[in-house]
Parts: sequence; structure tokens; C-alpha cells
Amino acid sequence: MTNLTLGRTDRYRPRKKRHFKVHPLIWIAMWGYAAISAVPLLIMFLNSFRSSAELIANPWPFTTSPTIENYVNAWTQASFATYVGNSVIVTVGAVVLSTAVSLPAAYALSRWQFVGNRLLQALFISGLMVPMMLAILPIFYLMDSLNLIDSPLSLILIYGANGVPFSIFVLSAFFRQLPVELEEAASIDGSGYFRTFLQVMLPLVWPAVATVAVFRFVPIWNEFLMPLVLLRSRENYTISVGLTTFFSEYETDRASLFAGLVIATIPLLILFILATKQIVQGLTAGLGK
Amino acid sequence: MRLASKGGSARRVPLRVVVLFILPAFALFAVFLLFPLLQAVSYSFFDWKGTRQQGFIGIDNYIRLFTDLPFSEQIPRALGHNLLFFAGTVVLQNSIGLFLAVQLQRFKRMRRLFQTLYTTPYLVSPLVVGYLWSLLLSPQFGLVNEALRVVGLDALALPWLGDPTLALPVLILISVWQWMGFPVLLYGAALGGLPVELNDAAAIDGANGWKRFRYVTGPMLTPVIGTVSILTFISSMEVFTLAYAVGGSTGSPAGATDVLSLLFYRVSFQSGLIDALGLSSALATLMLIFIFGGAVLATRLLARQERKLS
Repeated sequence: MTNLTLGRTDRYRPRKKRHFKVHPLIWIAMWGYAAISAVPLLIMFLNSFRSSAELIANPWPFTTSPTIENYVNAWTQASFATYVGNSVIVTVGAVVLSTAVSLPAAYALSRWQFVGNRLLQALFISGLMVPMMLAILPIFYLMDSLNLIDSPLSLILIYGANGVPFSIFVLSAFFRQLPVELEEAASIDGSGYFRTFLQVMLPLVWPAVATVAVFRFVPIWNEFLMPLVLLRSRENYTISVGLTTFFSEYETDRASLFAGLVIATIPLLILFILATKQIVQGLTAGLGK
Repeated sequence: MRLASKGGSARRVPLRVVVLFILPAFALFAVFLLFPLLQAVSYSFFDWKGTRQQGFIGIDNYIRLFTDLPFSEQIPRALGHNLLFFAGTVVLQNSIGLFLAVQLQRFKRMRRLFQTLYTTPYLVSPLVVGYLWSLLLSPQFGLVNEALRVVGLDALALPWLGDPTLALPVLILISVWQWMGFPVLLYGAALGGLPVELNDAAAIDGANGWKRFRYVTGPMLTPVIGTVSILTFISSMEVFTLAYAVGGSTGSPAGATDVLSLLFYRVSFQSGLIDALGLSSALATLMLIFIFGGAVLATRLLARQERKLS
């Protein structure tokens, strides 16, 4: 290619302008899909402020007299306060547990050479591809023998274990990028393995820890089978099992159903607003291989 | 996939230090995931009376899954539903998702807004998604049919989730709706990382938009399309929560939305059989081989394809 041709194309197709030349049909398609994505959730939100009588009389989600009665119902009578509290305990506990054990393991696997390193890596990585639900019966008997049936601790342990492969995978990718000189310098200064890990390496991977935590939070918050099988009493229910109970008990009170759905969604929405940066970073980091 | 650095620190670390660093993660993983999984596999070769293990019976449990009713009927049906689920999701995600991601490259200021809007359904629990769509699609008071009637499409106001022929396609569409943000974000990130020069060079050579996509951008996206498809395979094979919310544990109407994980749940907890433990473990083992084997095989194929391209 000669400079001449390049010069010509530059004149006829200025780079900057291309971003704004969008065909009207494309514009419609983009907004159309945006509406498909967002409108059902908007309807859920709007309907949660209407009374049951209004919902039956008029299916359109608009009201002149919004009410928060549905939320009061769901939060107090239908024990959503308890469910949300349990879900927070289980989710935070499991994320903290799996991140805490995965950090030293990811560090050792990605930076030290030792016999069996490859095998352990293969084992942890294969853990990414197995559905934990298939182990439900042995897990049930294990929890039974540990007297942990109907206890939030059982869920923390299971979700914690299930988070180990993913956490090690992501954290290793970050540890690997750190320069070797850091450890060498620390070792010359007389720092032992533990101090080097805790005081030199750990502070450098905090952004990765945030990414891992955010990405584990969503599936654990939403998980449904384990609490369905392992929890017995209502005061221990997490939000997902609580929601199914609520749906069978409040079947006729549609307005409260919508409020329940919104309550189950809000914590994830808050997380998303707080951590959009981590989510985007995490997705792009995964692509870097 | 390898975690260790290539050159990196070849430091000889004492074994006891290595063990101290790795043992907590390994113990947690082994006790609460790996060991129970292996146990499920071993359970499948024994006869069971409730929770008491009887004699070793070889592959009898497996044979029963394929010869005894209702399993011999329900397993192929559920597997077929899972495969349709995968096919539908993969086609729609890779066409609509790729289209949206490619078009988003043209937007600058609006890109973040569109990405956020497309991603919001992913944040909502599959349980909430299932219940919400059941309410919206309800024939009596659902908004979808009301909207269809208002615009004069009364004939299309169908009982979407009540009709056995419609229920599975609708379930697939709901799932695609929920997950669309994921391919859009991933493809967007991959497209953003491609060198602009290649596309420009092709444009100078006179390639139009479609040709540029077909011969330049498309092939360079093969790895990420493969990754998305493999993840879709795994999630389609283990779909449980959404199906449970829409059709309950029996996959109503009339088993039209029954999938393998629902069947596994029923065999494990609702069959009432005295040897349910052996049968459900056999089913779990088959699903494990199928999902894990399929994912590993696809990863291998993808790696080979990538080597060919580079």
C-alpha cells in the first residue's frame, strides 16, 4: 500500500465520523432490543407499587395512587427480612471463605515449582466444568453426619468449596503478571514466604479479589437447589427458597408477588451499581487468557 | 489452560510451606465437592435400601434407567429438551448477540448505556425471571396477551406457558433474554481488542461491511465464540432453577419443559423408590460424563481450531 492510497481514503472516510453515521434501522434495532431487555423489569417494578384490586382491573402497569403496602406485606408478614438476612450471611460467608483459601493456593500454584503442581492445577480447573448439583445426595448425607442439615453453615461450606476453582483460576492469572523481582527483593531483605505473600504480593492483587468476589456473589445469591434440599425451617431460608414458598402461599395476592420479586433483585442491583468497573474488568481479563 | 508462569520464579520452596499454602483450598474443595462427586459415582454401582448400602451390582442401575418406566421414557425426552435448549440458545445468542456487539462498536457515547440495558436481566435471579415471565405471560391477566389484543393480534394471544408445544420454545426465549448481555459484553470486549488496521486495510481493498465481517472480523472472533458456546453448553445441560420456576419439578405442562436436572431432582427426592439412591447416582454419573466430557472435547476442538488460525 502506498502513502497515496492511504491519504485518499483518509480524505474520503474520516475515521472520527464513522462512529456517528448510524443507519436509522440500526438505531431502531438497538433501542428495540434495549426495550425488550428493560421493559419487563420496569413493569415488575411499577406493578409492585399497585394494589391487587388494581392489578386485576387493569393489566397496564400504571397507577395514580402508588402504595408501598406490598413491600410492607412481603417484608414483615412473608418474612422477607429474614430471608434477605440469611442470604447475606450465606453469600458473604461463602465468598470470604473461598477467596481466603484460594489466595495462598493461587499464589503457590502460579509462582512456585513443586512436584504435583500441574496435577493440582488440572484438578482445580476441571472443577470449573462439573455441576455441583450432581453431588447433592452425598453432600446431603455428609451434612447429616456433621449435624449441619438446616444450618446456613452447610451452604457456606458448599458454596465456598464450589468457588475454589473459579477463584484460583482468576487469582492465578493476576499473580502470574507480577514481576519476579518483587519476591527476590523481599527475600534479600530477609522476608520469609509468609511475610512476602501477605505484605508484598497480597496488596497487589486486591483488584482481582474484588473481581472474584463480585463474580461469585451473583450465582451464590441466586442458587436454589442446595437450600431447597438442605434447609428445613423457615427462619433459616435463603431468599431463593423463601421466594418459592412465598409464591405458593401468596398466589392470589399478585401485588405482593411483584414486591417480593423486586426485593429479591435489589441487592444484586446495588452490587452492580457499586461494582460495574470490576465486572467489566473481570470479563476482559478472562479474555486475556 | 495452564496457571504457572513459563519463565517465572523457579524458586525451590520447602514442601511444608507449599502444603501450608495449598492445603486449606484443597481440603475444602476435596471434602465438599470432589469427594461427594466421586462418592456419587461409586454409589451408582451398588444396590440400596434407603440409605443402607447393599451388595455390588455392577451396571444394573444404569440398565434400569434405560429399561424401566418411567425413566426409559423420561430420560430421552429430558435429554432432547436439553439439547434443544442448547441449540436454540447458541443460535440466538451468537446471531443476535454478535449483531448487537458489532453494531455497538459504532456507538461511542451511547455504548455504555446500551450495554447496561442489555445486561440488566442477567442480574436478576433465574427464579425471579421465571416467576416474572409466568406473570407477564399468564393468559388471564398477563400484560403480553393484553398488549397483543390491543394491537388487534387476538389470534396470537395464546396460553404461552400452558401449551405443551409452545412451553419449551418460550422457556428457551426467556433464557436467551436473561443471558443476552453476557455474549454482548464478551464479544464487545473481543471486538475492542482487535487491531483496527486490518479492518481499515480490507475497507481500502474494497470489502463491504458484510465481507469485512465474514473474512476479517468473524474469523478473529472464533476463540471467543467458541468459549461462549462451551459455557452455553454447560449451562444448558444443567439448567434447573429457571425450568423449576416456570414448570415446577415435573416440567409442566405435561412434561413439556422437563430437563435432565429436574428429572435428577425427582429421582433423588420424589420417586419414593427404596433404591432411589442407586438410580439417582447412576443418572448423576451419566450427566457428569456427558457434561464434563462434552466440555473437555469442545475445548480440545477449539484449541486445535485456534492453532490452525494462527
